[in-house]
Amino acid sequence: MNFPILSSLILLPIVGALFLFFTKDKEGNNLTAKYVALFTTVVNFLISIYLWISFDQSTSSFQFVEDRTWIEGFINYKVGVDGISILFIILTTFITPLCIISVNNSVKNRLRDFLIAILIMESFMIGVFCALDLVVFYLFFEAGLIPMFLIIGIWGGARRVYSAFKFFLYTLLGSVLMLVAIISIYWITGTTDVVQLYEIGIDVKYQNLLWLAFFSSFAVKTPMWPVHTWLPDAHVEAPTAGSVLLAAILLKMAGYGFIRFSLGLFPVASEVFTPLIYTLSVIAIIFTSLIALMQEDMKKLIAYSSVAHMGFVTLGIFTLQQQGIEGSIIQMISHGLVSAALFLTVGVVYDRMHSRLISTYGGLVSVIPKYSILFMLFALASLGLPGTSGFIGEFLILMGAFKDNFLVAVIASIGVILGAAYMLWLYKRVVFGKLLNEDLKKILDLNRSEYFILSCLAAPILFFGFYPDPLINTIEVSVTDLINMHNTNIASK
Amino acid sequence: MENLNLILPEIFISLSIMFLLILGVFKNDSSKITFNLSLFAILITTIITFNETFSVTRETLFNESVVIDSMSSLMKIITLIGGFLVLVISSTYLKTFKIYNIEYPVLILSSILGMMVMISSNDLIVFYMGLELQSLALYVLATYNRDQLKSSEAGLKYFVLSALSSGLLLYGCSLVYGFSGSTNFDIISNQLNSEEYVLTFGIVFILVGLAFKISAVPFHMWAPDVYEGSPTTVTLFFTIVPKVAALTVFIRFLYVPFLNLIDQWQMIIVFLSIASMVFGAVAAIGQTNIKRLIAYSSIGHIGYTLAGLATASNEGIQSSIIYISIYVVMNLALFSCLLMLRRKDQYYENIDDLSGLSKNHPLLSLCLLLILFSLAGIPPLAGFFAKFYVFKAVLEQSMYFLAIVGLLSTVVAAFYYLRIIKIMYFDKEKDKYDNDHSLWLKFSLTVSTILILLYFIFPSQLIEVVSRINII
Repeated sequence: MNFPILSSLILLPIVGALFLFFTKDKEGNNLTAKYVALFTTVVNFLISIYLWISFDQSTSSFQFVEDRTWIEGFINYKVGVDGISILFIILTTFITPLCIISVNNSVKNRLRDFLIAILIMESFMIGVFCALDLVVFYLFFEAGLIPMFLIIGIWGGARRVYSAFKFFLYTLLGSVLMLVAIISIYWITGTTDVVQLYEIGIDVKYQNLLWLAFFSSFAVKTPMWPVHTWLPDAHVEAPTAGSVLLAAILLKMAGYGFIRFSLGLFPVASEVFTPLIYTLSVIAIIFTSLIALMQEDMKKLIAYSSVAHMGFVTLGIFTLQQQGIEGSIIQMISHGLVSAALFLTVGVVYDRMHSRLISTYGGLVSVIPKYSILFMLFALASLGLPGTSGFIGEFLILMGAFKDNFLVAVIASIGVILGAAYMLWLYKRVVFGKLLNEDLKKILDLNRSEYFILSCLAAPILFFGFYPDPLINTIEVSVTDLINMHNTNIASK
Repeated sequence: MENLNLILPEIFISLSIMFLLILGVFKNDSSKITFNLSLFAILITTIITFNETFSVTRETLFNESVVIDSMSSLMKIITLIGGFLVLVISSTYLKTFKIYNIEYPVLILSSILGMMVMISSNDLIVFYMGLELQSLALYVLATYNRDQLKSSEAGLKYFVLSALSSGLLLYGCSLVYGFSGSTNFDIISNQLNSEEYVLTFGIVFILVGLAFKISAVPFHMWAPDVYEGSPTTVTLFFTIVPKVAALTVFIRFLYVPFLNLIDQWQMIIVFLSIASMVFGAVAAIGQTNIKRLIAYSSIGHIGYTLAGLATASNEGIQSSIIYISIYVVMNLALFSCLLMLRRKDQYYENIDDLSGLSKNHPLLSLCLLLILFSLAGIPPLAGFFAKFYVFKAVLEQSMYFLAIVGLLSTVVAAFYYLRIIKIMYFDKEKDKYDNDHSLWLKFSLTVSTILILLYFIFPSQLIEVVSRINII
């Protein structure tokens, strides 16, 4: 395979953005810009599907690898995918076109610039998931801050400035320590190439500190309790498409980073710090679920539910069991779809009523039934009902957790109940009940594009809920080998 | 017979200065022609420097009092290019304030000459001569807009404080001379040993003097006032060109005569570096004037360059030189933007004047956005790589504290850069600014922004050039 398929995945959105940059910006609904962006992202999606089809599931080694000298004798531009990363790439290329279709109503001004920001964001996100060099990874990881900062700050809600700053500075603060760790790894081992680092291994005496430095970055990005506070702010203030990208993909960067780097590079330290991760994850699950129960703002509620779900993910990763890690990856994919869908459903009513408060709504089922049905599906998927993808993830994670630590698993299971509580209660208050607000009577049901977007998200949620094999087959070999490598590393030290 | 070809650039530039002065005296209305000729002179000097000295590894002249090596030629070229661009984009600004006179290019040329002497100096006396030549020219440049109170104040302040620091420097030099019996760097290097405690005083005095010249904390107090008061083009000159020269001298002092006394000075440099990084980041937060803000930001950036110097390794020196080169490009771009904020013959320099710039001037604000993110050190822009190399060198020496403090202060610094971006992009727009900028201004902004944006594609070239510099 000589064609640089991964690089073209990364570059194509940038090419699209450049093209948009040189077109004239029109006021209002700039259809040309939208079509250009849509075309680019759909092509990108098709390329990524081709990538998945031609992906060899029987091996855990990296495929489609490109390795070019970048800084002489220091950094190579190295990208490649294995079973773990390919799903995230597809998630990214799948969600982005949906975001672009959804901007119809939420973004009123400077649509062209917004689309440019989204496209650049996409290319950085794909870059994060296929980078096989620590410096390249860091570059993409950090570069994503720029477009996201602008998306929140320019097109966000009332408190956008505060939220954008908080998002940027929190994430940057976490990441600078990771940079120190990356450079230190270079001086300790003489390379930043992930594949080589897997083989060489890092001396045990450095692992704990390095693990903590990486942790500081990933914990902020995940986000884990207690550094999760930027997330509700950023989510609430970002425009719908921004929230979707943030929830569906940006948060997954950290979970991916935990699997790829924390587990892969620092096996001993990962064992050492497992209790820390367990504690923080369990607190995140219980505590933020309780907070979510109390929210008045729909977007905030979903944001807190994201924190709780990511708590499951980190818990699953550090069970260091086959099921746990597989569950975490599926949970991330599923949460990517479900949270995107939930933010979009909130966006739908927000565009019509300009209120995110739960108390504004009630009794929607009698006026907009189509919307209510899809909303129900997503709410149930979020709480992990069997038959939706959310169930597979949570179930596998809890299974892995029970194997490793009974107490933690029991507490986490309580989180599942709490999750059901806040989602169902939200649904009840918004959709059922008496129609008290007069304005709601004139509300319109889903239009064509909204219907299309939400169905696009509902289909994989249901499909993978009933038939998760395609996902599990893709990740299985990679995860098995990761765990084998981990165990041999632990045994030898 | 000495090989005078090696100092041909200095000879040529001195002759040009004399010629331009004569021309200015005898010809009426000669400001335009002086400007053009001096640009031409700088260009030729750059070419001569490149041709005659760029391939030289190390040669000394005049009883080893002047040294030509790869560092000196590279730094001279940076100085000359910086000087050229400053001169070329200042004409509109000077015309607006009706100070488009022959003295301006001549003063810039003389200060460049002084800096070139400084950069090549291998002797305390030669060094001091160069330093004074550039300083005297800079004092006058600071007050160049003499009808304005602030400009005169800036010049006076700069003069008094700089004279003080020169005094300290001279005192340090005399102490070093007293202990080593020579003014030549190489001989000093052989004579000095760390047994003499009084010698430490000499080093400290010299370092204080130099720290003053590059405005490192705690010797930075003059910088914000002088930067704010001076004409903007002169501020631009201050922020880039003298810093390059002073940094070269800094490297030369630390790594030639004082190399054996590394234990004495390393802590001082680490302190200067940390103090500058932290102070530069924190103090810039409350500023409302862009020029003052740039002053504090350049204090911070000097902190990062010093971090590279503190490592006592060739890697560190190279990373500092890379840092200062990228810093020069970023500041040039930033000031080009600042010079574009002109409306009806009035220049605007408050941060609030940028409010909503992105609506009226999308391209200008996009450039400024990239420049600011680059200054904040966000990848994939050039500013990130500058910091990356420095911290790579710092971590090689296992100086974790320095690296972590430095990187944390980038987060603080990011705040005030973000604040400007916020004002440009998130706030309400104001009136439009004029669009009829000179071609050179547009050129310098475009080229420097493209360099900042696309540096990541070809990062090896700069490293290759710099990696020839091996001082230790």
